[in-house]
Amino acid sequence: MPRTPRLEFRDVTKRFANPRQGSVVVAVEGVSLSIADGEVVSLIGPSGCGKSTLLNMGSGLDPASSGEVYVDGERVTKPNRHVAFMLQKDLLLPWRTIVENVELGQEILGVPRGERRDRALALLAKCRLPDFVHHYPHQLSGGMRQRAALARTLAVDPSVLLMDEPFSALDAQTKMVLQQDLGRTLADTGKTALFITHDLIEAVALSDRILVMSQRPGRIIEEITVDIADRDNPMRRRQHPKVAAYVVQLMNLLQIEQAAA
Amino acid sequence: MSVARPAMLQLGVRRMVVASALLFVIFLAAWQWLPGLLGIPPFIIPSVSLVWQEFLHMLARDRLLFHTGITAMQVGVGFILGVMLGVLCGFALGMSPTAEFVLSPYILALQIAPKVAFAPLFIIWFGYTVYPKILVCILIVFFPVMINVLGAVRALDPDVVRLAKSFTANRFQVFWKIEFPAAMPPLFAGLRIAATLAVIGVLVGELVGGNMGLGYLLAFSEGAGETAKVFVTIIMLTLIGIALYGIVVAVETRVLHYLPSRARLAI
Repeated sequence: MPRTPRLEFRDVTKRFANPRQGSVVVAVEGVSLSIADGEVVSLIGPSGCGKSTLLNMGSGLDPASSGEVYVDGERVTKPNRHVAFMLQKDLLLPWRTIVENVELGQEILGVPRGERRDRALALLAKCRLPDFVHHYPHQLSGGMRQRAALARTLAVDPSVLLMDEPFSALDAQTKMVLQQDLGRTLADTGKTALFITHDLIEAVALSDRILVMSQRPGRIIEEITVDIADRDNPMRRRQHPKVAAYVVQLMNLLQIEQAAA
Repeated sequence: MSVARPAMLQLGVRRMVVASALLFVIFLAAWQWLPGLLGIPPFIIPSVSLVWQEFLHMLARDRLLFHTGITAMQVGVGFILGVMLGVLCGFALGMSPTAEFVLSPYILALQIAPKVAFAPLFIIWFGYTVYPKILVCILIVFFPVMINVLGAVRALDPDVVRLAKSFTANRFQVFWKIEFPAAMPPLFAGLRIAATLAVIGVLVGELVGGNMGLGYLLAFSEGAGETAKVFVTIIMLTLIGIALYGIVVAVETRVLHYLPSRARLAI
Protein backbone atom coordinates (compact mmCIF):
# COMPACT_ATOMS: atom_id res chain seq x y z
CA MET A 1 0.00 0.00 0.00
CA PRO A 2 1.44 3.41 -0.95
CA ARG A 3 2.22 5.84 1.86
CA THR A 4 0.05 8.88 2.44
CA PRO A 5 1.28 11.71 0.19
CA ARG A 6 2.61 14.77 1.96
CA LEU A 7 0.59 17.10 -0.21
CA GLU A 8 -2.38 16.17 -2.31
CA PHE A 9 -4.81 18.16 -4.45
CA ARG A 10 -7.97 16.32 -5.44
CA ASP A 11 -9.82 17.80 -8.38
CA VAL A 12 -9.33 21.35 -7.11
CA THR A 13 -11.01 24.26 -8.84
CA LYS A 14 -10.77 27.91 -7.88
CA ARG A 15 -13.15 30.56 -9.16
CA PHE A 16 -12.93 34.25 -8.42
CA ALA A 17 -15.95 36.50 -8.68
CA ASN A 18 -15.23 39.72 -10.52
CA PRO A 19 -17.87 42.02 -9.04
CA ARG A 20 -17.12 44.95 -11.35
CA GLN A 21 -17.89 42.98 -14.50
CA GLY A 22 -20.26 40.60 -12.79
CA SER A 23 -18.30 37.70 -14.26
CA VAL A 24 -16.57 34.74 -12.75
CA VAL A 25 -12.94 33.95 -13.50
CA VAL A 26 -11.83 30.35 -13.30
CA ALA A 27 -8.23 30.50 -12.13
CA VAL A 28 -7.53 26.79 -11.88
CA GLU A 29 -9.71 23.91 -12.94
CA GLY A 30 -9.73 20.28 -11.92
CA VAL A 31 -6.17 20.11 -10.63
CA SER A 32 -5.13 16.85 -9.05
CA LEU A 33 -1.60 16.28 -7.89
CA SER A 34 0.18 14.29 -5.27
CA ILE A 35 3.60 14.84 -3.77
CA ALA A 36 5.27 12.06 -1.83
CA ASP A 37 7.42 12.45 1.26
CA GLY A 38 10.77 14.04 0.46
CA GLU A 39 9.83 14.85 -3.12
CA VAL A 40 10.56 18.21 -4.72
CA VAL A 41 8.09 19.15 -7.42
CA SER A 42 8.22 22.23 -9.61
CA LEU A 43 5.19 23.91 -11.05
CA ILE A 44 5.74 25.73 -14.28
CA GLY A 45 3.35 27.55 -16.56
CA PRO A 46 2.53 30.80 -18.34
CA SER A 47 1.91 33.96 -16.31
CA GLY A 48 -1.54 34.13 -14.78
CA CYS A 49 -2.17 30.40 -15.05
CA GLY A 50 -3.04 30.12 -11.38
CA LYS A 51 0.21 28.73 -9.97
CA SER A 52 0.16 31.10 -7.03
CA THR A 53 -3.53 30.36 -6.51
CA LEU A 54 -2.67 26.69 -6.08
CA LEU A 55 -0.04 27.61 -3.56
CA ASN A 56 -2.41 29.81 -1.56
CA MET A 57 -4.90 26.96 -1.40
CA GLY A 58 -2.14 24.61 -0.29
CA SER A 59 -1.22 26.93 2.58
CA GLY A 60 -4.85 27.19 3.66
CA LEU A 61 -4.98 30.97 3.16
CA ASP A 62 -7.59 30.71 0.40
CA PRO A 63 -10.25 28.01 0.28
CA ALA A 64 -10.79 25.95 -2.87
CA SER A 65 -14.08 26.54 -4.68
CA SER A 66 -14.44 22.82 -5.15
CA GLY A 67 -12.23 19.81 -4.54
CA GLU A 68 -10.01 19.17 -1.58
CA VAL A 69 -6.44 19.77 -0.46
CA TYR A 70 -4.76 17.36 1.95
CA VAL A 71 -1.51 17.67 3.86
CA ASP A 72 -0.32 14.49 5.57
CA GLY A 73 -3.76 13.08 4.96
CA GLU A 74 -5.46 15.93 6.80
CA ARG A 75 -7.83 18.17 4.91
CA VAL A 76 -6.57 21.76 4.68
CA THR A 77 -9.24 24.34 5.48
CA LYS A 78 -7.19 27.00 7.25
CA PRO A 79 -3.53 27.82 7.82
CA ASN A 80 -1.83 25.03 9.73
CA ARG A 81 1.60 24.28 11.05
CA HIS A 82 2.30 21.55 8.48
CA VAL A 83 2.77 24.03 5.67
CA ALA A 84 5.02 27.07 5.36
CA PHE A 85 5.46 29.32 2.40
CA MET A 86 8.18 31.47 0.97
CA LEU A 87 7.70 34.19 -1.62
CA GLN A 88 9.78 36.21 -4.04
CA LYS A 89 9.71 38.99 -1.44
CA ASP A 90 11.65 38.06 1.69
CA LEU A 91 8.97 39.67 3.93
CA LEU A 92 11.50 40.18 6.71
CA LEU A 93 10.22 42.58 9.37
CA PRO A 94 12.53 45.62 9.46
CA TRP A 95 12.15 46.11 13.22
CA ARG A 96 13.37 42.61 14.03
CA THR A 97 16.91 41.36 13.83
CA ILE A 98 17.58 38.42 11.54
CA VAL A 99 17.36 35.87 14.33
CA GLU A 100 14.15 37.45 15.63
CA ASN A 101 12.72 37.27 12.12
CA VAL A 102 13.60 33.59 11.88
CA GLU A 103 11.82 33.05 15.20
CA LEU A 104 8.57 34.70 14.05
CA GLY A 105 6.74 31.51 13.10
CA GLN A 106 7.78 29.60 16.21
CA GLU A 107 6.85 32.61 18.33
CA ILE A 108 3.34 32.61 16.87
CA LEU A 109 3.08 28.87 17.46
CA GLY A 110 4.07 29.39 21.11
CA VAL A 111 7.46 27.67 21.12
CA PRO A 112 9.35 28.61 24.34
CA ARG A 113 11.92 31.39 23.98
CA GLY A 114 15.11 29.40 24.59
CA GLU A 115 14.08 26.56 22.33
CA ARG A 116 13.16 28.77 19.40
CA ARG A 117 16.35 30.82 19.73
CA ASP A 118 18.49 27.66 19.64
CA ARG A 119 16.65 26.39 16.61
CA ALA A 120 16.86 29.74 14.81
CA LEU A 121 20.59 30.01 15.45
CA ALA A 122 21.18 26.46 14.22
CA LEU A 123 19.24 27.16 11.02
CA LEU A 124 21.04 30.45 10.42
CA ALA A 125 24.33 28.61 10.72
CA LYS A 126 23.09 26.06 8.23
CA CYS A 127 21.94 28.85 5.90
CA ARG A 128 25.44 30.34 6.21
CA LEU A 129 24.38 33.51 8.01
CA PRO A 130 25.94 33.01 11.46
CA ASP A 131 27.69 36.39 11.40
CA PHE A 132 24.53 38.34 10.66
CA VAL A 133 22.29 36.96 13.37
CA HIS A 134 21.88 40.27 15.17
CA HIS A 135 21.87 42.50 12.10
CA TYR A 136 18.75 44.15 10.81
CA PRO A 137 17.38 43.15 7.40
CA HIS A 138 18.39 46.40 5.70
CA GLN A 139 22.02 45.63 6.49
CA LEU A 140 21.92 42.43 4.39
CA SER A 141 22.10 41.85 0.64
CA GLY A 142 19.15 40.47 -1.29
CA GLY A 143 20.61 36.97 -1.38
CA MET A 144 21.30 36.95 2.34
CA ARG A 145 17.82 38.21 3.09
CA GLN A 146 16.31 35.43 1.04
CA ARG A 147 18.46 32.92 2.91
CA ALA A 148 17.10 34.32 6.17
CA ALA A 149 13.59 33.90 4.75
CA LEU A 150 14.39 30.27 4.00
CA ALA A 151 15.60 29.79 7.57
CA ARG A 152 12.36 31.37 8.84
CA THR A 153 10.36 28.95 6.67
CA LEU A 154 12.29 25.93 7.94
CA ALA A 155 12.14 27.08 11.56
CA VAL A 156 8.55 25.94 12.03
CA ASP A 157 9.60 22.48 10.81
CA PRO A 158 6.83 22.21 8.20
CA SER A 159 5.97 18.96 6.42
CA VAL A 160 5.66 20.82 3.15
CA LEU A 161 7.40 23.92 1.85
CA LEU A 162 5.48 25.98 -0.65
CA MET A 163 7.75 28.30 -2.59
CA ASP A 164 6.55 30.95 -5.01
CA GLU A 165 9.44 32.04 -7.23
CA PRO A 166 11.70 32.53 -4.21
CA PHE A 167 14.80 33.42 -6.23
CA SER A 168 13.34 35.37 -9.14
CA ALA A 169 14.35 38.76 -7.74
CA LEU A 170 18.00 37.80 -7.36
CA ASP A 171 20.86 38.26 -9.79
CA ALA A 172 21.94 35.21 -11.80
CA GLN A 173 25.00 34.29 -9.72
CA THR A 174 23.34 34.75 -6.32
CA LYS A 175 20.43 32.73 -7.63
CA MET A 176 22.66 29.76 -8.46
CA VAL A 177 24.27 29.89 -5.02
CA LEU A 178 20.86 29.93 -3.33
CA GLN A 179 19.57 27.12 -5.52
CA GLN A 180 22.54 25.11 -4.35
CA ASP A 181 21.77 25.98 -0.73
CA LEU A 182 18.15 25.04 -1.16
CA GLY A 183 18.90 21.78 -2.97
CA ARG A 184 21.31 20.76 -0.25
CA THR A 185 19.02 21.83 2.60
CA LEU A 186 16.02 20.01 1.14
CA ALA A 187 18.11 16.86 0.72
CA ASP A 188 19.60 17.14 4.24
CA THR A 189 16.28 17.68 5.95
CA GLY A 190 14.30 15.39 3.66
CA LYS A 191 11.65 18.08 3.24
CA THR A 192 8.89 17.97 0.70
CA ALA A 193 8.50 21.02 -1.51
CA LEU A 194 6.25 22.48 -4.15
CA PHE A 195 8.25 25.03 -6.05
CA ILE A 196 6.82 27.58 -8.44
CA THR A 197 9.21 29.02 -10.97
CA HIS A 198 9.48 30.65 -14.38
CA ASP A 199 13.06 29.56 -14.75
CA LEU A 200 13.10 26.33 -16.76
CA ILE A 201 16.67 25.40 -15.87
CA GLU A 202 15.93 26.06 -12.20
CA ALA A 203 12.99 23.67 -12.40
CA VAL A 204 15.14 20.96 -13.97
CA ALA A 205 18.05 21.55 -11.57
CA LEU A 206 16.00 21.37 -8.38
CA SER A 207 13.13 18.95 -8.89
CA ASP A 208 12.24 15.29 -8.98
CA ARG A 209 9.21 16.07 -11.07
CA ILE A 210 7.94 19.04 -13.06
CA LEU A 211 4.25 19.80 -13.53
CA VAL A 212 3.39 21.96 -16.50
CA MET A 213 0.25 24.08 -16.41
CA SER A 214 -1.83 25.49 -19.23
CA GLN A 215 -3.09 29.01 -19.80
CA ARG A 216 -5.99 30.14 -17.62
CA PRO A 217 -8.05 28.31 -16.57
CA GLY A 218 -4.99 26.49 -15.31
CA ARG A 219 -4.87 22.74 -15.71
CA ILE A 220 -1.96 20.39 -15.41
CA ILE A 221 -1.14 19.38 -18.96
CA GLU A 222 2.05 17.42 -18.48
CA GLU A 223 4.08 15.72 -15.83
CA ILE A 224 7.76 15.22 -16.41
CA THR A 225 9.99 13.10 -14.20
CA VAL A 226 13.49 14.55 -14.10
CA ASP A 227 15.74 11.55 -14.44
CA ILE A 228 19.09 13.08 -13.55
CA ALA A 229 21.26 12.20 -10.56
CA ASP A 230 22.45 14.67 -7.90
CA ARG A 231 19.20 16.29 -6.85
CA ASP A 232 21.07 17.44 -3.77
CA ASN A 233 23.57 19.27 -5.97
CA PRO A 234 21.78 21.59 -8.41
CA MET A 235 25.07 23.17 -9.44
CA ARG A 236 26.36 19.87 -10.83
CA ARG A 237 22.95 18.96 -12.18
CA ARG A 238 22.85 22.12 -14.30
CA GLN A 239 25.92 20.94 -16.16
CA HIS A 240 24.43 17.56 -17.00
CA PRO A 241 24.03 16.95 -20.76
CA LYS A 242 20.40 15.84 -20.31
CA VAL A 243 19.30 19.27 -19.05
CA ALA A 244 19.01 20.76 -22.54
CA ALA A 245 16.59 18.07 -23.65
CA TYR A 246 14.31 18.74 -20.67
CA VAL A 247 14.42 22.47 -21.30
CA VAL A 248 13.48 21.95 -24.96
CA GLN A 249 10.60 19.72 -23.92
CA LEU A 250 9.37 22.41 -21.50
CA MET A 251 9.74 25.15 -24.12
CA ASN A 252 7.59 23.13 -26.49
CA LEU A 253 4.94 22.50 -23.88
CA LEU A 254 4.80 26.17 -22.98
CA GLN A 255 4.78 27.15 -26.68
CA ILE A 256 7.50 29.67 -26.07
CA GLU A 257 8.76 29.67 -29.67
CA GLN A 258 5.27 30.27 -31.03
CA ALA A 259 4.91 33.22 -28.70
CA ALA A 260 8.13 34.71 -30.04
CA ALA A 261 7.26 34.13 -33.72
CA MET B 1 42.14 56.15 6.57
CA SER B 2 39.82 54.25 8.87
CA VAL B 3 41.30 56.24 11.74
CA ALA B 4 41.46 59.56 9.93
CA ARG B 5 37.83 59.60 8.93
CA PRO B 6 36.15 59.71 12.33
CA ALA B 7 38.67 62.36 13.38
CA MET B 8 37.81 64.45 10.35
CA LEU B 9 34.15 63.93 11.05
CA GLN B 10 34.64 65.07 14.63
CA LEU B 11 36.43 68.16 13.41
CA GLY B 12 33.45 68.86 11.14
CA VAL B 13 31.03 68.45 14.04
CA ARG B 14 33.09 70.79 16.24
CA ARG B 15 33.17 73.39 13.50
CA MET B 16 29.39 73.18 13.18
CA VAL B 17 28.92 73.60 16.93
CA VAL B 18 31.19 76.64 16.96
CA ALA B 19 29.35 78.17 14.01
CA SER B 20 26.02 77.53 15.69
CA ALA B 21 27.15 79.15 18.97
CA LEU B 22 28.61 82.11 17.11
CA LEU B 23 25.33 82.68 15.31
CA PHE B 24 23.49 82.65 18.63
CA VAL B 25 25.79 85.33 20.06
CA ILE B 26 25.35 87.48 16.95
CA PHE B 27 21.59 87.06 17.24
CA LEU B 28 21.58 88.18 20.88
CA ALA B 29 23.84 91.15 20.11
CA ALA B 30 21.61 92.25 17.24
CA TRP B 31 18.56 91.98 19.47
CA GLN B 32 20.28 94.06 22.16
CA TRP B 33 21.55 96.94 20.05
CA LEU B 34 19.97 96.92 16.60
CA PRO B 35 16.50 98.22 17.63
CA GLY B 36 18.13 101.16 19.43
CA LEU B 37 20.35 101.94 16.44
CA LEU B 38 17.36 101.83 14.12
CA GLY B 39 15.36 104.04 16.48
CA ILE B 40 12.78 101.38 17.34
CA PRO B 41 11.30 102.19 20.79
CA PRO B 42 11.41 99.53 23.57
CA PHE B 43 7.61 99.17 23.61
CA ILE B 44 7.84 97.78 20.07
CA ILE B 45 10.97 95.65 20.49
CA PRO B 46 12.43 95.56 24.00
CA SER B 47 16.13 94.70 24.07
CA VAL B 48 17.28 91.31 25.25
CA SER B 49 18.53 92.69 28.58
CA LEU B 50 15.14 94.30 29.22
CA VAL B 51 13.41 91.02 28.46
CA TRP B 52 15.78 89.22 30.83
CA GLN B 53 15.02 91.73 33.61
CA GLU B 54 11.32 91.33 32.97
CA PHE B 55 11.76 87.55 33.16
CA LEU B 56 13.30 87.88 36.63
CA HIS B 57 10.53 90.26 37.70
CA MET B 58 7.84 87.92 36.48
CA LEU B 59 9.43 85.02 38.32
CA ALA B 60 9.21 87.02 41.51
CA ARG B 61 5.92 88.90 41.10
CA ASP B 62 3.74 87.28 38.43
CA ARG B 63 4.04 83.63 39.43
CA LEU B 64 5.59 82.93 36.04
CA LEU B 65 6.58 79.37 36.96
CA PHE B 66 3.07 78.62 38.20
CA HIS B 67 1.51 79.80 34.94
CA THR B 68 4.14 77.96 32.91
CA GLY B 69 3.46 74.83 34.93
CA ILE B 70 -0.29 75.09 34.33
CA THR B 71 0.19 75.47 30.59
CA ALA B 72 2.76 72.66 30.47
CA MET B 73 0.42 70.36 32.41
CA GLN B 74 -2.43 71.06 30.01
CA VAL B 75 -0.16 70.52 27.02
CA GLY B 76 1.10 67.24 28.49
CA VAL B 77 -2.33 65.87 29.37
CA GLY B 78 -3.89 67.04 26.09
CA PHE B 79 -1.03 65.60 24.07
CA ILE B 80 -1.12 62.19 25.75
CA LEU B 81 -4.92 61.88 25.52
CA GLY B 82 -4.98 63.14 21.93
CA VAL B 83 -2.24 60.71 20.90
CA MET B 84 -3.99 57.78 22.58
CA LEU B 85 -7.27 58.65 20.89
CA GLY B 86 -5.54 59.13 17.54
CA VAL B 87 -3.70 55.81 17.76
CA LEU B 88 -6.88 54.01 18.78
CA CYS B 89 -8.98 55.50 15.98
CA GLY B 90 -6.18 55.08 13.44
CA PHE B 91 -5.94 51.35 14.07
CA ALA B 92 -9.69 50.87 14.35
CA LEU B 93 -10.37 52.61 11.06
CA GLY B 94 -7.35 51.00 9.42
CA MET B 95 -8.63 47.54 10.27
CA SER B 96 -12.21 48.19 9.24
CA PRO B 97 -12.59 49.64 5.74
CA THR B 98 -16.35 49.77 6.34
CA ALA B 99 -15.93 51.99 9.39
CA GLU B 100 -13.53 54.20 7.49
CA PHE B 101 -15.95 54.54 4.56
CA VAL B 102 -18.91 55.37 6.81
CA LEU B 103 -17.03 57.77 9.06
CA SER B 104 -14.69 59.42 6.54
CA PRO B 105 -16.98 62.39 5.68
CA TYR B 106 -17.28 63.29 9.36
CA ILE B 107 -13.60 62.82 10.00
CA LEU B 108 -12.79 64.96 6.98
CA ALA B 109 -15.19 67.69 8.10
CA LEU B 110 -13.73 67.71 11.58
CA GLN B 111 -10.24 67.69 10.10
CA ILE B 112 -10.96 70.71 7.91
CA ALA B 113 -12.84 72.67 10.57
CA PRO B 114 -10.38 75.06 12.27
CA LYS B 115 -9.94 73.44 15.66
CA VAL B 116 -9.18 76.73 17.40
CA ALA B 117 -12.74 77.87 16.60
CA PHE B 118 -13.98 75.26 19.05
CA ALA B 119 -12.29 77.02 21.97
CA PRO B 120 -15.16 79.48 22.71
CA LEU B 121 -17.66 76.63 22.44
CA PHE B 122 -15.77 74.51 24.93
CA ILE B 123 -15.59 77.47 27.29
CA ILE B 124 -19.37 77.80 27.10
CA TRP B 125 -19.59 74.13 27.97
CA PHE B 126 -16.97 73.82 30.68
CA GLY B 127 -16.39 77.36 31.94
CA TYR B 128 -13.04 78.90 32.78
CA THR B 129 -11.43 75.62 33.78
CA VAL B 130 -8.55 73.56 32.41
CA TYR B 131 -10.91 71.31 30.45
CA PRO B 132 -11.59 73.54 27.41
CA LYS B 133 -7.82 74.00 26.90
CA ILE B 134 -7.12 70.29 27.17
CA LEU B 135 -10.01 69.55 24.85
CA VAL B 136 -8.77 71.89 22.10
CA CYS B 137 -5.34 70.33 22.51
CA ILE B 138 -6.75 66.80 22.16
CA LEU B 139 -8.67 67.78 19.06
CA ILE B 140 -5.68 69.39 17.39
CA VAL B 141 -3.27 66.57 18.30
CA PHE B 142 -5.70 63.83 17.28
CA PHE B 143 -5.63 64.28 13.50
CA PRO B 144 -1.98 64.07 12.49
CA VAL B 145 -1.66 61.01 14.71
CA MET B 146 -4.78 59.27 13.45
CA ILE B 147 -4.08 59.98 9.78
CA ASN B 148 -0.53 58.66 10.02
CA VAL B 149 -1.52 55.49 11.85
CA LEU B 150 -4.39 54.88 9.45
CA GLY B 151 -2.06 55.37 6.49
CA ALA B 152 0.48 52.97 8.00
CA VAL B 153 -2.09 50.22 8.48
CA ARG B 154 -3.28 50.73 4.89
CA ALA B 155 0.22 50.77 3.43
CA LEU B 156 1.19 47.49 5.09
CA ASP B 157 2.09 44.81 2.55
CA PRO B 158 -0.80 42.29 2.69
CA ASP B 159 1.71 39.50 2.05
CA VAL B 160 3.34 40.21 5.42
CA VAL B 161 -0.04 39.68 7.08
CA ARG B 162 -0.55 36.52 5.04
CA LEU B 163 2.84 35.27 6.14
CA ALA B 164 1.87 35.71 9.79
CA LYS B 165 -1.48 34.05 9.12
CA SER B 166 0.23 31.12 7.41
CA PHE B 167 2.05 30.61 10.72
CA THR B 168 -1.47 30.34 12.23
CA ALA B 169 -1.39 33.82 13.78
CA ASN B 170 -4.70 34.96 15.26
CA ARG B 171 -6.10 38.48 14.88
CA PHE B 172 -4.40 39.75 18.01
CA GLN B 173 -1.03 38.29 17.03
CA VAL B 174 -1.26 39.92 13.59
CA PHE B 175 -1.92 43.23 15.31
CA TRP B 176 0.71 42.92 18.00
CA LYS B 177 3.54 41.38 15.97
CA ILE B 178 2.92 43.00 12.57
CA GLU B 179 0.52 45.94 12.39
CA PHE B 180 1.48 47.74 15.56
CA PRO B 181 5.26 47.76 15.06
CA ALA B 182 4.82 48.53 11.36
CA ALA B 183 2.90 51.69 12.26
CA MET B 184 5.65 53.06 14.50
CA PRO B 185 7.66 55.12 11.95
CA PRO B 186 4.60 56.98 10.59
CA LEU B 187 3.24 57.33 14.13
CA PHE B 188 6.37 59.17 15.20
CA ALA B 189 6.21 61.40 12.13
CA GLY B 190 2.70 62.28 13.33
CA LEU B 191 3.87 62.80 16.90
CA ARG B 192 6.47 65.33 15.78
CA ILE B 193 3.74 67.37 14.09
CA ALA B 194 1.38 66.88 17.02
CA ALA B 195 4.00 68.05 19.54
CA THR B 196 4.27 71.44 17.84
CA LEU B 197 0.49 71.76 17.55
CA ALA B 198 -0.26 70.81 21.16
CA VAL B 199 1.03 74.13 22.52
CA ILE B 200 -1.12 76.07 20.04
CA GLY B 201 -4.21 74.16 21.16
CA VAL B 202 -3.74 74.98 24.83
CA LEU B 203 -2.69 78.57 24.15
CA VAL B 204 -5.81 79.31 22.14
CA GLY B 205 -7.98 77.98 24.94
CA GLU B 206 -6.16 80.15 27.45
CA LEU B 207 -6.36 83.25 25.26
CA VAL B 208 -10.10 82.89 24.89
CA GLY B 209 -10.78 82.72 28.58
CA GLY B 210 -9.35 81.92 31.98
CA ASN B 211 -7.17 83.34 34.70
CA MET B 212 -4.32 80.86 34.60
CA GLY B 213 -1.58 79.81 32.25
CA LEU B 214 0.74 81.56 29.83
CA GLY B 215 -2.10 82.41 27.47
CA TYR B 216 -3.79 84.39 30.24
CA LEU B 217 -0.47 86.08 31.03
CA LEU B 218 -0.03 86.89 27.35
CA ALA B 219 -3.47 88.47 27.01
CA PHE B 220 -3.03 90.36 30.26
CA SER B 221 0.41 91.73 29.28
CA GLU B 222 -0.85 92.76 25.87
CA GLY B 223 -3.72 94.64 27.51
CA ALA B 224 -1.32 96.41 29.83
CA GLY B 225 0.98 97.30 26.93
CA GLU B 226 3.91 95.49 28.51
CA THR B 227 5.80 94.28 25.47
CA ALA B 228 8.66 92.75 27.42
CA LYS B 229 6.20 90.51 29.28
CA VAL B 230 4.73 89.40 25.95
CA PHE B 231 8.23 88.48 24.81
CA VAL B 232 8.89 86.49 27.97
CA THR B 233 5.61 84.61 27.59
CA ILE B 234 6.29 83.75 23.96
CA ILE B 235 9.71 82.41 24.94
CA MET B 236 8.23 80.29 27.73
CA LEU B 237 5.61 78.86 25.34
CA THR B 238 8.36 78.02 22.87
CA LEU B 239 10.35 76.29 25.60
CA ILE B 240 7.36 74.10 26.46
CA GLY B 241 7.05 73.15 22.78
CA ILE B 242 10.77 72.40 22.52
CA ALA B 243 10.64 70.23 25.64
CA LEU B 244 7.73 68.20 24.28
CA TYR B 245 9.35 67.86 20.86
CA GLY B 246 12.60 66.80 22.54
CA ILE B 247 10.80 64.07 24.48
CA VAL B 248 9.16 62.80 21.28
CA VAL B 249 12.51 62.70 19.46
CA ALA B 250 14.20 60.97 22.42
CA VAL B 251 11.53 58.27 22.55
CA GLU B 252 11.63 57.96 18.77
CA THR B 253 15.37 57.28 18.67
CA ARG B 254 14.85 54.52 21.21
CA VAL B 255 11.86 52.94 19.48
CA LEU B 256 13.03 53.34 15.88
CA HIS B 257 16.66 52.45 16.54
CA TYR B 258 16.46 49.79 13.81
CA LEU B 259 15.98 52.29 10.99
CA PRO B 260 19.00 52.94 8.76
CA SER B 261 20.52 56.30 9.74
CA ARG B 262 19.64 57.86 6.37
CA ALA B 263 15.96 57.24 7.12
CA ARG B 264 16.11 59.25 10.35
CA LEU B 265 15.65 62.99 10.62
CA ALA B 266 18.50 65.18 11.84
CA ILE B 267 16.18 67.29 14.04
